[in-house]
Amino acid sequence: MSGAVERRSGLSGARILAVLIKEFIQLTRDRLTYAMILVMPIVQLLLFGYAINSDPRDLPTAVLVQDQGPMARSTLSALVNSGYFEIVRTASSPAELDAAVARGEVQFALTIPADFTRRVVRGDGAQILVEADASDPAATGGAIAALASLPRTALSRDLVGAASKPGADPFEVVIHRRYNPEAVTAYNIVPGLLGVILSMTLVMMTALGVTREYERGTMESLLATPARPIEVMIGKLAPYVVVGLIQTTVILILARVLFAVPMAGGWIALGLGVLLFIVGSLALGFLISTVARTQLQAMQMSFFYMMPSILLSGFMFPFRGMPDWAQALGSVIPVTHFLRVVRGALLKGLDVVALWPSLGALALFVVVIAGAAMARYRTTLD
Amino acid sequence: MSDLAVDVSGLNKSFGPRHVVQDVSIQVEKGRITGFLGPNGSGKTTTLRMLCGLLTPDSGEGQVLGLDFRRQAEAVKRQTGYMTQKFSLYEDLSIEENLDFVARVHELPRRRERVADSLERLGLTARRKQLAGSLSGGWKQRLALAASIMHEPRLLLLDEPTAGVDPKARREFWDEIHALSAEGLTVMVSTHYMDEAERCHDIAYIAYGRLMARGTAEEVIARSGLVTFRGEGPGADRLARDLAKASGVAMAAPFGAALHVSGTDRAALEAAIAPYRKPPVTWTEVQPTLEDVFIRLMGQSSDNFQ
Repeated sequence: MSGAVERRSGLSGARILAVLIKEFIQLTRDRLTYAMILVMPIVQLLLFGYAINSDPRDLPTAVLVQDQGPMARSTLSALVNSGYFEIVRTASSPAELDAAVARGEVQFALTIPADFTRRVVRGDGAQILVEADASDPAATGGAIAALASLPRTALSRDLVGAASKPGADPFEVVIHRRYNPEAVTAYNIVPGLLGVILSMTLVMMTALGVTREYERGTMESLLATPARPIEVMIGKLAPYVVVGLIQTTVILILARVLFAVPMAGGWIALGLGVLLFIVGSLALGFLISTVARTQLQAMQMSFFYMMPSILLSGFMFPFRGMPDWAQALGSVIPVTHFLRVVRGALLKGLDVVALWPSLGALALFVVVIAGAAMARYRTTLD
Repeated sequence: MSDLAVDVSGLNKSFGPRHVVQDVSIQVEKGRITGFLGPNGSGKTTTLRMLCGLLTPDSGEGQVLGLDFRRQAEAVKRQTGYMTQKFSLYEDLSIEENLDFVARVHELPRRRERVADSLERLGLTARRKQLAGSLSGGWKQRLALAASIMHEPRLLLLDEPTAGVDPKARREFWDEIHALSAEGLTVMVSTHYMDEAERCHDIAYIAYGRLMARGTAEEVIARSGLVTFRGEGPGADRLARDLAKASGVAMAAPFGAALHVSGTDRAALEAAIAPYRKPPVTWTEVQPTLEDVFIRLMGQSSDNFQ
């Protein structure tokens, strides 16, 4: 008897081993968990390690060159040579330039005025204008820093002769940070958080919702009733649309009150985007729950979706900083498009027409995912 | 219209390589209580699920409630009540909310009235705000039954409804089932309890996906051709091991201090127990019980899942 008591009181290696072995066996039984443990670090390391770049280069730039002189050409090539700018559009009017920035088609717009060469040669306060879409300060920071040294280096070869005046820069770069002149990170992050928070709660909640019914056995009863799949889906998802709308309202109010995030308008586009995004997230959650067998698996799948939504969507790191393949991957994620809608509407005041590409992408996502979820949801237990 | 509530034939269902239900044909008369018996994994649940449209049979034809049970599954669902093996109401909803949900899903007219009636009949009116998850096993089962008959189905399928329920609650449950059947409801119930099997009008015995026996309890016993001797006296139960090996003995099973020895060949059986026909053990021929018959059937059927 004393032996038994002693055995109970000590720390038993054998008993720890027993639990340990059991735990390992269970771990390998759940194939999805097993796969996640192995695949997650590899995929994410490769994906995010190569994709994320907080100092983006080759940013799309539109130019309006009104001066045909040699100084303008040299300045342009110096700009490109800095590595930060890639000229994707040559505008013919200031309005065109403006629109390209507003739509988010380009990050920078450069204007070289008609009298540029003349003023440089005369040393008469030459200027070029760079307008930056600074809604994401991180995306423009490096490039703007590079602009500082442009006047000194750009024309060094052209001005070896008489016109070079030591000590003074031959021209000035005027930088307009549009949409976020003070480069407040919160202006970019807070609207972005709307997308992240909505998808985090909505995808996960619905993913667990259906799986829970299967796990608890209530689905068996539900399926034995005359309720149709579409009826179950709508009934289960509708409450979360309300949840999503409440979250949106709370986040927007806090964004305004605590962070003074500018709200330039675009309310209709924002509303439409929010609605599409909520429905899309819910449909995705529903799809996950038709695939996952347990609530744990549903959690893991939701998590697997969340990581790229945060890292590849342009939420945390500049979208344009990523290599093309990562941008392509990011374009599949609805959060990417939602962020463009939210930032476009709030910071730039864009309307439905201007945000159409992103809204269209969200709508497509809703249709595809809801269709897949419907197709997968069964009225039987087969 | 025929007076068969269920008339299906050639039912088959496989899950991957496992042929869970093999060529099962079954007829159930209206207003009868049919007990589904058989070992675990024998296809009882699968058969019930196919009848109420929860599973799609691989093959099989027939009618349930006069409807083509495959093509008119929706219509069958509307007139069928199904009570699952595991408690499948919402544990985080109250008793009343659960019943209300069921009533709404079935689009029942006079919903409030019917929920109130149902609560009244259950005797749970006072506790209607209690969460379903906090009920005891017996109450859960009664609530589940009430929920499954709320839409006044013509066919009620019960999948091991009394597992884990105390004898008194079981007795009350069966009284309720008989009352429903007297009102014309057809009931199919799967069970492992022999006393429950004997409470059914008819029995269907399924083993390893095949229907092995069908009829009333008396018919099933008579048709088994089994002869059973009961040995009583000190140490009678200890003889089981030796007797089970003797030729002519299909099985020997201790019942408390007594021993049941059964076989299909009376002469061989008597020869087998002859050496033990001595005091203190006394032998008498008894009517085989359903359990004897079922254990015999179980031993006969080959387990094709092994």
